[in-house]
Amino acid sequence: MKARPIVAINNISMKYQSTEGEVAALKNVSLDIFQGEFVSIVGPSGCGKSTLLNIIAGLIAPSSGEVLIKDKKVSGPTIMVGYMPQTDQLFGWRNIWKNVVLGLEIQNKKTEANINFAQKLLRDYGLIDFKHKYPSQLSGGMRQRVALIRTLATNPDILLLDEAFSALDYQTRLVVSDEVKQIIEKENKTAILVTHDLSEAISMANKVVVLSKRPGTVKNIYQINLTCNSHTPLGCREAPEFREYFNKIWKELDVHA
Amino acid sequence: MPENKLEPSISIEHAAYLKSKKLYHWKVLGTQIILLIGFVVLWEIAGRMGWIDPFITSQPSRIWKTLVNLHNEGTLYYHIGITVLETVVGFVSGTIIGTLFAIYLWWSDFAAEVLDPYLVILNALPKIALGPILIVWIGNGSTAIIAMALLISLVVTILGVYSGFSQVDSDMIKLLKTFGATKVQILQKAILPASVPTIISALKINVGLSWVGVIVGEFLVSKAGLGYLIVYGGQVFKLDLVMTSVIILAIAAAVMYKAVVLLEQLFLKWR
Repeated sequence: MKARPIVAINNISMKYQSTEGEVAALKNVSLDIFQGEFVSIVGPSGCGKSTLLNIIAGLIAPSSGEVLIKDKKVSGPTIMVGYMPQTDQLFGWRNIWKNVVLGLEIQNKKTEANINFAQKLLRDYGLIDFKHKYPSQLSGGMRQRVALIRTLATNPDILLLDEAFSALDYQTRLVVSDEVKQIIEKENKTAILVTHDLSEAISMANKVVVLSKRPGTVKNIYQINLTCNSHTPLGCREAPEFREYFNKIWKELDVHA
Repeated sequence: MPENKLEPSISIEHAAYLKSKKLYHWKVLGTQIILLIGFVVLWEIAGRMGWIDPFITSQPSRIWKTLVNLHNEGTLYYHIGITVLETVVGFVSGTIIGTLFAIYLWWSDFAAEVLDPYLVILNALPKIALGPILIVWIGNGSTAIIAMALLISLVVTILGVYSGFSQVDSDMIKLLKTFGATKVQILQKAILPASVPTIISALKINVGLSWVGVIVGEFLVSKAGLGYLIVYGGQVFKLDLVMTSVIILAIAAAVMYKAVVLLEQLFLKWR
């Protein structure tokens, strides 16, 4: 079956201008992402991973090329895309509930159906009792879950995770990425994760895109097929193929410290 | 985690720790009170024994007498009221106008850059030097005094609040943008609420500055208020009146500062 991609990145290039000169961040990047896929983007630091994500989110316009989401050209932030920043960015002065409905508030969509949906998300993911708490009263892992629910509440089709777990400590990070993966799968969303953690990239994704160093181009795309029963990213790290992928991608990244 | 707090019994060590904490607290407070009483008593005795000349240094009992006199004449509250009113109007308007100006600078990077050197210079300039100009322009009444108080706190507020706005996490703004937020929404949902602590700390600074502005203003022009009493007392060599006014001033300033601290606690209870 050859479906149409939900996100089509067509020949994107991006140059940043400054008085010192221009910096080419991305060069001729093309990528198709299909409904329900979980795609990880890895690459050496400064390769333009986050730039690519910002372009997909419509936050910045590429120098050339275009991004199509559901066949519509991206020209600014769209409600089809939800974005998760590096840190949870919960607003400290709003309680959990007010944080969760932030997106709905901004998009002026606080309808009864949407409110019920946000309530349901909080209930499903074990946070309903914390509705009236403030973010400072929650643990890092819980805050990250709230941040995900805030993104899901506006019901986007595509989630962009910009190093979304990098601010958490290692143990929490493993647990939260497990939870997030399960939630995203259950809600049947398409996800694009930018990370520099190879294990995280391989264990969470169906597809790992390796970018070259600056200016970033698509060096290789790996379809990830891990034979594991548990179907959680943490469990999948046990899969025999995991190490193979890890070594191959590691070599490809060509890291010199 | 917090479950431990719910345990009804506390360990002996913890009880001892709490007790020593409390003891220390009382020790500090006790010493503070003793210092104050000691100072007042020493002042009084020194005056009576002729170690110091109460005509120049005044004396607690004479201050008290002056206070009672002012109270009986009914002018005490009039003078306090005028000065307090001028100060409150000064720092509230300084904070509001300064914040509005900071919003304008945040809104337009161009304006912020253009105005930057002027603000830096205005900030460095001792605003009190503008006193005579204000009097000529506005006249010698309460309005000129309020203008003085406003002017003295305005530039600090603009710079402080604007830098607070600029320090709001850019990821927070990015998040709002991905939701499709307009600039007004970014201001309203993130910039302003995130800057409440900055605005309140500006308010705290402005309380102090406004007192300076008002007292200087009253020195220059007024016919009423605590600053007027101080200048008048100085001119006719009634040091009792000067000291009394200074003490009232200290108390009023402390009360006003405390009020702002209470306001802060009210606004920042989420922390």
